[in-house]
Amino acid sequence: MDKYIKVPLSDKDAADLRAGDYVYLTGIVYTARDAAHKRMKEALEKGEQLPFKMQNNVIYYMGPSPSRPGRVIGSAGPTTAGRMDKYAPELLDSGLKGMIGKGRRTQEVKDAVVRNGAVYFAAVGGAGALLSQSIISSEVIAYDDLGTEAVRKLEIKDFPVIVVMDSQGNDLYETAIQNYCKESVM
Amino acid sequence: MRTLNVSEITKNIKEMCIEANHFLSDDMKCVLRKAVETEEAPLGRQILRQLQQNMEIAGEEMIPICQDTGMAVVFIEIGQDVHLEGGSLEDAIHEGVRQGYAEGFLRKSVVKDPLLRENTDDNTPAVIHYEIVTGDQVTITVAPKGFGSENMSRVFMLKPADGIEGVKAAVLTAVKDAGPNACPPMVVGVGIGGTFEKCALMAKKALTRPVDERSSIPYVRDMEQELLKKINASGIGPAGLGGTTTALAVNINVYPTHIAGLPVAVNICCHVNRHAVRVL
Repeated sequence: MDKYIKVPLSDKDAADLRAGDYVYLTGIVYTARDAAHKRMKEALEKGEQLPFKMQNNVIYYMGPSPSRPGRVIGSAGPTTAGRMDKYAPELLDSGLKGMIGKGRRTQEVKDAVVRNGAVYFAAVGGAGALLSQSIISSEVIAYDDLGTEAVRKLEIKDFPVIVVMDSQGNDLYETAIQNYCKESVM
Repeated sequence: MRTLNVSEITKNIKEMCIEANHFLSDDMKCVLRKAVETEEAPLGRQILRQLQQNMEIAGEEMIPICQDTGMAVVFIEIGQDVHLEGGSLEDAIHEGVRQGYAEGFLRKSVVKDPLLRENTDDNTPAVIHYEIVTGDQVTITVAPKGFGSENMSRVFMLKPADGIEGVKAAVLTAVKDAGPNACPPMVVGVGIGGTFEKCALMAKKALTRPVDERSSIPYVRDMEQELLKKINASGIGPAGLGGTTTALAVNINVYPTHIAGLPVAVNICCHVNRHAVRVL
C-alpha cells in the first residue's frame, strides 16, 4: 500500500512498515557511500564524532552527478547497497533507522534491521533523473574532498521508495520473485 | 590514404559521452516502451513507467539518465587507409572523455589506482579497444559502463564436455546471482570461445549490438531467444522486485577456440545500456 512518511524515521513508523509498501518520504536524509562509510568506520574506531547523529536517521546510498548551475543536484539514484554491508550493522546498532539503496543485503544486515526495528528501502536503480526531482536541497556536510562520495544532507519531498526489508525479517527480493517465477530453471 | 586530425576524434568523443549519458539509442527506447505493455506485475509496470518518465526528464532537463555515468569504454575501429595526424590518438581519446565529463556535468567515477583509490577528478582514463580494419573510415563507439551491473559480470572457463547446456547454465547462473543488484531489466552480453580475455571483450562488445538484432548464426540466435525466455521466467523482474521483465535481450558473440577449452563471459548491463556510435 502507499504510505506518506516523515524522515528522520520514528520508531513507530519504522516498526509499522512492511516489505512491499510503496512509500513517499519527506524530510531529511543523509548520503554516504563506499568512501564515506570507510571514514565513518575509522572515526568510530578512534572515538571521534560522526558527521551526523545516527539516531532515527536514514542514509541514502548515493553519489550524485554534478549539478548544473542553478539546479539543486544532478542525477541522484541509488547505488548498490551490498557494498556497505560491512559497515551497516554497527551503524544500525548506533541508532540508524533506515537505509535507501538497491540490491541484496547480507544476513548480518538483515539481523541488524530486525534487532533495531529498522527498514531497508529500495529506490529504483537507474532512475536518477526522476529521483532528483524529489530532492529540494542538498548541502555537503562532511568529507568534501571525496567529491561525489562526500556526505550530503538532503531535503526530500515525496521521494518514492519501496520497503524491501522490514523489522519482521521479511525480504521482498526473496518473496516477490517467487510470485512470478514460472520455470525453476535456475 | 585519407588524413584525419585527432582533434576531430576528441571533439566527437566529447559529444558522444554527453549524448550517451542523456539519450538511449532508439532500439533501447523501443524495447523499454514495449516492456511496459507486456510486464505482468503491477509493481513491475509501475517501475517500468518510472523508467520511461526518467528518460523523458533526462532528455528534457539534461540530467544524466543515471548518476553513475560510468567508466568510458571506447571501441575504435581504424581503417588501414587512414593517416592520423595532430598528436597522439590515445591522448585525443582521453581528452575527449575529459572534456565530455566536465562540460556535460557527468559524474567523475574513476580512481587512479584500484587499491589506493584516489579519484582522478576528470573520469579519465577511458578503457580503449583498438581495432584495425579495412577502408578509410574511423568508427567510434562510446559506451559509458555503470558498475552496479559491471560488478555482477562473470567469466567461466568451461570444459568442452559441458557443451551448450553448460553455457546456458553459466549465463543463467550469472543472471540469477546479479538479480536486483544489476538494475534489471538488464541486457545480457555473452562471449563464447576465444581465450580468457577474448571472450570478455566479445561479451562487452555484444552489449553494443542493437537489442532488436539477433545473431546471424542459427544456433546462436536460437540460444539468444531461449535464454531470454528462461531469464524472463525467473521472476526477478524490474528492479528485482518481481515480474516478467528481467532482461530485454541476450546478445551472444562467438569465436573459434582451443580444442581444450570453452570460455564463456557474461557481461551484464542495466537498463541504461548506453552507447553512441559515429563514423568519421
